Amino acid sequence: MTDQHSYKLSHRHLIGLEEYSRRDISLILETAASFKEVINRPIRKVPALRGKNISNMFFESSTRTRLSFELAAKQLSADILNFGSSGSSVSKGESLSDTVRNIEAMQVDCVIVRHSSAGVPNFLSQCLTSAVVINAGDGAHEHPTQGLLDMLTIRDAFGTLDGLKVVLIGDITHSRVARSNIWGLRKMGAHVVVCGPPSLIPKEIDKFGVEVCYRVEEALSEADVIYTLRIQHERQGEIFFPSLREYATLFGIDEDRLNLAKPGAIIMHPGPINRGVELDSRVINNGRSVILDQVTNGIAVRMAVLYLLNGGGEHDAE
Amino acid sequence: MKQQILDKKGIAKAVSRIASQIMERNTRVSEIAIIGIQRRGDWLARRIANIIHDEKNITIQVGILDINLYRDDLQNRAEYPVVRTTNIPFNIEGRTVILVDDVLYTGRTIRAALDELKDFGRAHRIELAVLINRDGRELPIQADYIGKNVEIGTGGTVVVQVHELDQNDDVIVKEVL
Repeated sequence: MTDQHSYKLSHRHLIGLEEYSRRDISLILETAASFKEVINRPIRKVPALRGKNISNMFFESSTRTRLSFELAAKQLSADILNFGSSGSSVSKGESLSDTVRNIEAMQVDCVIVRHSSAGVPNFLSQCLTSAVVINAGDGAHEHPTQGLLDMLTIRDAFGTLDGLKVVLIGDITHSRVARSNIWGLRKMGAHVVVCGPPSLIPKEIDKFGVEVCYRVEEALSEADVIYTLRIQHERQGEIFFPSLREYATLFGIDEDRLNLAKPGAIIMHPGPINRGVELDSRVINNGRSVILDQVTNGIAVRMAVLYLLNGGGEHDAE
Repeated sequence: MKQQILDKKGIAKAVSRIASQIMERNTRVSEIAIIGIQRRGDWLARRIANIIHDEKNITIQVGILDINLYRDDLQNRAEYPVVRTTNIPFNIEGRTVILVDDVLYTGRTIRAALDELKDFGRAHRIELAVLINRDGRELPIQADYIGKNVEIGTGGTVVVQVHELDQNDDVIVKEVL
């Protein structure tokens, strides 16, 4: 790729990493590495997307992802519109497709969407005629930019993703972050292990090509990356484990458990953290935690995605 | 029609002449910084800095600039150019910056580079050094230091190869007849 002067992603939208090839993912990560330099400049702004209109449409709450996309768009000189479902015409009963068609009629070039239902970004990509759709998290389906920023962070620490043992711990069933990471990491050559209470491991886990482990001590042995997932109280209508305390005792990462992994292992979390549940406070502030690097890398990855997907004046007919 | 206009020796001579002229014009050489434009200019910048270092025993700051995010044709391209590294590990505020590129043609790359440098600080002065100065300018931009002048008409291309990237040093002109 480095010998080419230009290269296009093989997709018009970013719905999930399931559809993206290893080559596409590598291009995004390489481009993001270049954008990391931009966000450390005295003036953190480049004119690449001047004149582009980008809309943030968050139908579900978010701090990190929304701010990160907004900052990424602004640093590329695009104009960004922020849209929340409360206080909008959605609360007056307008359908989702009508809402986005109206937004597209305002000459918006790119729609970033988060929704509690899986499949909404894909549906919108079919409703819209010219705007690009970026999935910022849909139900338990995917959160592709999170997967990408996680891979960038791991690559920063180890120089590669090939051959690393990455352990995802916690609620795999309800986690879109886990799905995006599994798709992406496997394509990039990592060995992925999932670990959690059996009630939070999906029945169809065999299809993902990952190793399943129910004992955290066993999973952590020889691990390069310890990726803890958030226990999602809001997405769980029913109860999947007896108590948070029991979860913390069986699956929470403290310093003792951290020592079971490789000496150079890193600790990750997509946020927001439930302190004392997924991670012990001492571990969060430990030198091996890269949790805040993940947040910084999120801006660079989102700049790369916005740049690569909004590239060029005319899209080829598809 | 293809014709070699500079070989390894010719490039070395041209680069060394540029370095001498830079030292002549900038009496306080320690205050200059050299910034090369990706992907051939950065190697030429390093060579110029090495010559000045050998002659004056002063280490010259060298930076790399990728101008792709500042291009003026981004909106019209079907694909976006690959973004490579920019690395300016020093403050350009108040310094004399020598911008280095392989070929000066339309002037649009230099326009983009000047806009980008402005976002890194206010240099005292910016000068331009190019290995090949060819015809076809579309903007009022000219070089301060020139390795070689060539006239080939529109449609012709100049290909510069540097051994650090291309395994050998040469400059080839392709003319359309």
